[in-house]
Amino acid sequence: MIFLRLFYEFFKTGLFAVGGGLATLPFLSDMAQKTGWFTQAELADMIAVSESTPGPIGVNMATFAGFKCAGVPGGIIATLGLITPSIIIILLIAKFLASFSESIYVKGAFYGLRPASVAMITAAGFLVVRLALLDTAACAASHSILQLFRWKELLLAVVLYFAMRKSKLHPILFIAASMVAGILFHMGGV
Amino acid sequence: MHQLIDLFLTFARVGVLTFGGGYAMLPILTREVVDNKHWATEEDVMDYYAVGQCTPGVIAVNTATFVGYKVAGPAGGIFATLGEVFPSICIISVIAAFISGFAEKPVVRNAFAGIRVCVCVLILQAVLKLIKKAVVDIPTAVIYIVILLLSLLFDLSPALYVLAAGAAGIALTLVQSRRAVKGGSAK
Repeated sequence: MIFLRLFYEFFKTGLFAVGGGLATLPFLSDMAQKTGWFTQAELADMIAVSESTPGPIGVNMATFAGFKCAGVPGGIIATLGLITPSIIIILLIAKFLASFSESIYVKGAFYGLRPASVAMITAAGFLVVRLALLDTAACAASHSILQLFRWKELLLAVVLYFAMRKSKLHPILFIAASMVAGILFHMGGV
Repeated sequence: MHQLIDLFLTFARVGVLTFGGGYAMLPILTREVVDNKHWATEEDVMDYYAVGQCTPGVIAVNTATFVGYKVAGPAGGIFATLGEVFPSICIISVIAAFISGFAEKPVVRNAFAGIRVCVCVLILQAVLKLIKKAVVDIPTAVIYIVILLLSLLFDLSPALYVLAAGAAGIALTLVQSRRAVKGGSAK
């Protein structure tokens, strides 16, 4: 029963992804490997689509992944799975908010959770870097370290990094500019 | 009932206006919930946001549940959350349908190859910002490095890392507070 599995997998993601937005990324990456519902490349595209459309990224990724797997009902089921743990946990917390934030156990847990969450996002980022900036196949074929890097893409990344640091423009503008660069310089290799 | 529909529509509007995820949501949420509807104060929203940030789940969803609960109890929490995700479900379903048909076209492949480069940089910037908040001393730096290496080298479920890091955080905090108590009594 694909809908039950979708709900279960995204329920798990909603339950364990602490820190919002990109925190769902390591779980989705894991899901791509285990279930084959979508590929790592599709996941990277999902991030781009989520960044350039309205709404919370985690929810967008769940809808997108669910849709890829089982159409419109899949998207709805995956999203409901993702938000169900949040609703239950927050409703409980809202009742005990005052005592919650003072507990040494809760403070301690978050003290350890925050760096772990950032570490997992970093690791997921490496996956996207390997896909976008490196060409491991060409490197293995030519035995040349110079073939490892996609130089056009690397140059674009450096330009984007400094452009983003300089200006406070909306991310969607940088995404649009990268899209144009990708088409102009045939970054997909076709 | 009127209030529940109001919650749904207000959060649907917040959902439509939020580009780029939870961190971009705060100014829009404040405008709708504090200035327009007077459902909460600015301090309330900051508190909800802080808790939403360190509890499981999507921050925007957690915050919506909080505000909805405060306005109209558990039903309010549910309606606000469904409102928040409703636009996403509609928009992404349309885009997903559209993109799957075009995914094999050369122009789309080239476009996404370019966009992926941008995604790398966006993640890098998010990580740099988050590290400053999360890695505050030597123990948190150790947790960061250990979890990063484990995630890169092994194929374990992220849930395991979350549980282990939470337990380590509690243990470290308890040890630190005990040491503080001892240090105090020695004087």
